[in-house]
Formats: sequence, structure tokens, C-alpha cells
Amino acid sequence: MDIELILKVYPYFLKAAVITVELSVLTIVLGLICGALGAASRLSRFAILRFIGAAYVSFFRGTPALIQLFLLYFGGPQIGIQLDAFQAGVIGLGVNIGAYMTETMRGAIVAVDRGQTEAARTLGLSKAQAFRKVTLPQALRLMIRPLGVNINAQIKGTALVSAISVVELTYTAQRYIGSTYKPFEMFFLAGVLYLIIITAVGKGVSFLDRKVRIQ
Amino acid sequence: MTETKSFVEIRHAQKSYGTLEVLKDISLNVERGQIVAIIGPSGSGKSTLLRAINDLDPLTGGEVWLDGVQVNKNLPHNQYEKHINQMRQDIGMVFQHFNLFPHLSVRDNVTMAPKLLKKISDKEADKLAEEQLDHVGMLERIDYYPAQLSGGQKQRVAIARALAMKPKLMLFDEATSALDPELVEEVNLVMKKLAQEHMTMIIVTHEMDFAASVCDRVLFMDKGVVVEEGPPEQVFKNPTQERTRNFLRKHLEGAK
Amino acid sequence: MGLDFSVIPPFYGTLLLGVLWTIAITAASALLSFFGGILLAVIALYAPAIIRLPVRFIAWLFMGTPLLLQLFLIYFGLVQIGIDLPAFVAGVIGLGFHFAVYNSELIQTAMLAVDKGQMEAARTLGLSRRQALVKVVVPQAVRDVLPPIGNNMIALLKDSALVSVIGVSELTLSAQRAIGQTYRAFEFYAAAAVLYYIINLGMEAVIRWFENRNRLYR
Repeated sequence: MDIELILKVYPYFLKAAVITVELSVLTIVLGLICGALGAASRLSRFAILRFIGAAYVSFFRGTPALIQLFLLYFGGPQIGIQLDAFQAGVIGLGVNIGAYMTETMRGAIVAVDRGQTEAARTLGLSKAQAFRKVTLPQALRLMIRPLGVNINAQIKGTALVSAISVVELTYTAQRYIGSTYKPFEMFFLAGVLYLIIITAVGKGVSFLDRKVRIQ
Repeated sequence: MTETKSFVEIRHAQKSYGTLEVLKDISLNVERGQIVAIIGPSGSGKSTLLRAINDLDPLTGGEVWLDGVQVNKNLPHNQYEKHINQMRQDIGMVFQHFNLFPHLSVRDNVTMAPKLLKKISDKEADKLAEEQLDHVGMLERIDYYPAQLSGGQKQRVAIARALAMKPKLMLFDEATSALDPELVEEVNLVMKKLAQEHMTMIIVTHEMDFAASVCDRVLFMDKGVVVEEGPPEQVFKNPTQERTRNFLRKHLEGAK
Repeated sequence: MGLDFSVIPPFYGTLLLGVLWTIAITAASALLSFFGGILLAVIALYAPAIIRLPVRFIAWLFMGTPLLLQLFLIYFGLVQIGIDLPAFVAGVIGLGFHFAVYNSELIQTAMLAVDKGQMEAARTLGLSRRQALVKVVVPQAVRDVLPPIGNNMIALLKDSALVSVIGVSELTLSAQRAIGQTYRAFEFYAAAAVLYYIINLGMEAVIRWFENRNRLYR
């Protein structure tokens, strides 16, 4: 292993890691919003909303994220959507992971025992009140762990924006693999940074999970 | 090495887990065609003793011999594995929870081991499966899967599976304990049939009536030792030991 | 520049070829990931530490880093140590190994969940430990996790788009080639999306058929 080379290039990797973290945070936030909206429409009383929700999930989970990203970034201008690579990356990947999160959230809500709603309704709570006060708090607990899986996947998924030239970790690694012909060193460097980010987020998720489980 | 005289010989069997001694110097001889029942309270070591015979629970001391060959021979690891796999082909075992292979049909449950270990052809295997399943009255379920059978049926298939290896000795580890009461009899009937065919059997059981009716000899075990041993009439009707009497009395009360 | 889908028909052949390559690379990688997953699971549970620990470490590394990065490593890394693989083979190895790691996690959990009595019963019949694993434990574990493995295979299909970056002429790269000639990104990426969607539906149908076929033993 060429330690000297690693020491020389690591500042560029650190800078790129910051971009990866930014991308991760923004796509995950957007994903959570899309997921919540998606889950709400899929569970809605209105057939049209249910249809829209199902179509959203079906399209974004049925096609590769890379194609969606290219469609938005390269195809967008043809239909009047002009985004820079970073913006396209955040929106493309955020909406994509939102489709997966829709299913996670919907699954958690559906998994809460029906008897819970019935018990709340017999106490005189309205449907909305029963959902807000009884179903949702329990569903939130159930969804932390599977959302953690979605988030973990998304952090690695940010690597896709290297294909539209956003200078994040994978792009940087690829660049340096090309110029130094040291693939193992560059993989090692980028890999360590990804693992740090993912491990940190994973710890955060399990901390949160433990906390709500005690309550 | 000393010569063996009996078909099955257990000599000074000893087994401990750390400081806990579960078998304390147990010896037992079983002649060819004999049927021996082992009874006793749970934790007495009776299942451990049975499972030591085919080395599922290896002894920490003592020897097990079958038909002139030592089962738990002291051999280097690789050779021992070969040796024990060979020995186990001669020792059939039936478990409390059947342990049928759920991913295989009844037929394949019976033929898997003979095909793999005795290299018999598919045709021979089919014939073997039909024979053995017919023997336990399960022929019409040959293409079912275990999940589609009742407990009693599963246990009969498990017996057929063991018999398909043509064992010299059959071990039954509480074969009817997990069954609903109305399913016990069908399994007992199969075991009685084996008895009439002079299969050598060692049976760990809770069923005193069954033990009394088919066995040549009964062993009462408690706390890792054989407390009393003899023909069923003697052990059940005129036990000489206080512990045996206590156990039998409690058991009778429990049964009522 | 508005939308004009009439640019697509001249490239039907290109796209169809891309579809075939996508199916080929998905099928080959899926097979590798399936059997690789079983092998990794057995290693993780039964191999001596000297083999187990390095394999576990590499698996951990592959679970914590992006597939795209791994593809670059395999494609360029193998060249560096003197192995010049065709892009297709490098792609299959990369995709296959990546998903083998995920499959192995599932299979390991399932293997541990197989009742201990199963191993005992097999050993009692005279099977060696290895024979018992192959004939009894692994088949049950694998059948128990077919649905989640199926989900992994669907994910694999979508991730096969990534091998376009190392130059495998699958559907994504075919679309890019067409775009290179026509400058019609939206039309061709949309066409690719539709085609992926159709392959996806087909694959889901195959997986469901396969799962149903294996339900009998439960």
C-alpha cells in the first residue's frame, strides 16, 4: 500500500466526503418528506390519491435510480427543468429514496394492531385523533429500524451522482484511480470514509431505536 | 482391549458438563434381539445415556461397543469422523420431535441417506422407500411433505427413515412424548411390530404400560445412576429400591 | 428543444440488444450472488477463523461502501494486478459479489434458525457434517429466505445499470449511445426507464412463480 500517496491525496477525499455528507443529509430529508406524503396518499380515503401514491412507488422502485437521475439531469432541460448537477442529484435521489421510504412508513402504520384504533374509537376519539394519538406514535417506533436500512442504502446511493460529475467521494476516488493507477489505495481511502459516515449514522439510528423502545 | 460378549455393551459410562456429573459409571449389556426400556424422572440422565450410544452426546469416560466394535473409539479427529459416520449407519435413532426433513417429501426423507451413503440406484431407492413405508403403514403418503402429516404419521415416517439404513440397533428417545394421546397407539403398534421381528431396541420412555408389555428388561435411572434393573414384572410390581417405588407411585398418580 | 419520440424507432435494435445484455448480466450476477451467498454464509458460520475473519472483513467492507466504487475497484484493480477482464465479466463479478454479501447475511440468519434436531437427525443417519449441511441445513435455510433473496435480485436488476460506467453495453449504455447520436436525452432515458420497468415486472412474475412452487413443504 502506497502510504505516501494516501497522505498526499487524502485532503481531497475529506473535502469530497463533506459533499457526500451534504448529499446524504439533503436526499434523506427530501426522502422522508416524499415518504410521508407517499404513505399518506397510499393510505388515503381518496382513490385518486391512492393511485398517485401507488404509481409513484411503482415507477421509482421499478426503474434504476441511475436512469431516473439521467432523465432528470440530461432530459430535464428538454421539458424546461434546468438544474445543476448537485441540485439534480439531491432531487433525483431524494425522490427515489422517498418511494422506498413510502413503503417502509406505510408498512409500519399498517403493522400497528387494528385493535389499537378500535380501542381508541370506543373511547370516543375521532378517526383522525385515533391516528394521531394512538396509531402514529406506535408506527413511528416501528419504522425507525427499517428507515435506518433505507438511510444506510441512501448514503451509499449518493455515489450515483458521480455519474453526473458531482465531486463527491466516489467521483474523487474514480478520478484518482484514473490518474494514479492505484485502485486499491483509492478504494481504501474512500471506503474508510464511507464506513465512518455509515457507522456513525448507524449508531445514531440504533441509539434512537433503543430510546423509543424503552419508552 | 478386552473382548466383548454382549451385542451392545456400555462400560463405565461417565459424562460431566464442567463440574456437573450427569452419568456416573453406568454399565449396561444388551443381547441381540433384546428390548431394553430406560425409565426415570427428567434430568435423570436417561436421554443423555441414549444419545451417548451413537455419540450425539459424547461420553467423557467409558466405552460403548456394538457388535464387537467400539463406537467411541479413540482416533484422530478425521479418522474418528469417518468411523462414527460408519457406526451411525448401524444405529437408527428416533427423536421425540421427529426431526423429519421438512424440505423433502416422505419418500426422499426415507431414501436420502441410503442414496447418499450406500449409493443405491433411484430404482432401488424407490423400492426401499415403498417397503419401509409399507412396513409402518405410511405407503399411501409417500409423496406427501412432512408438514401435511399428523404427529403420529410423522413419527412413523421417522421410524421408516431410520429402518431404511438397515440398522443393527434402534434407539428411541421418548418417541411418543410429543404426541397427542390419541396418536400414541399407532406409533406403539409400529414399535411392537419391530419387537416381534427381533429388532434390538433401547427405548427411553415415560410409558410404563408400553415398557411392561414389550420390554425384556427395564432400567430405572435417577441422578445419573442406574438405581434398579430387571425384568419388567420385577421392576414394576416388586421394586426393591425406595427411589423406584417413589417414582412409580408419583408416575401413577400423574397418569390418573 | 421539445419532445419528439419519433427519434426512438431507428434505435429499436440498439435498445433491444441493450435489454438482452441487461437480462444476461442480471441473470449471471444473480446466479453468482446466490451460490456465492450460500458459500459465504457457510464460511461465516463454519470455517476456521483464519478463513472466516478475513472473509467477514471483506464482506463488511462491501456492505459499507457503494457498489459503484466496488465496480471501479474490481475493473481497474484487476487490471493493475495483471488480470485484464472484459467489462462484462468484471461487471458480473462486481454485482455478483456485492449481492452475494447481502444474500449471505440472510442465509446465515436462516441457517442459525434451522432446528438443531435437523442436523442431529442427519448425523444420526450417518451423514458427515458437510453432507448434513449440504443436504439438510442449507436447502431449508435457502427456502426460508427465498422471498427476501428475490427482493435482492430485483435490486440487482436495477443496480445492473451501474455497470454502464465501466463500459458494459447494457440498456443504460445503449440509451447513452443513442443519445450520443441524437442528443435526445429525455426520449431515450424515458424509453430505457419503460424497458427496465417491463423487465422488472417480468422478473417479479418469475420470482413469484418460483416462490409458489416451493411453498408445498411448509
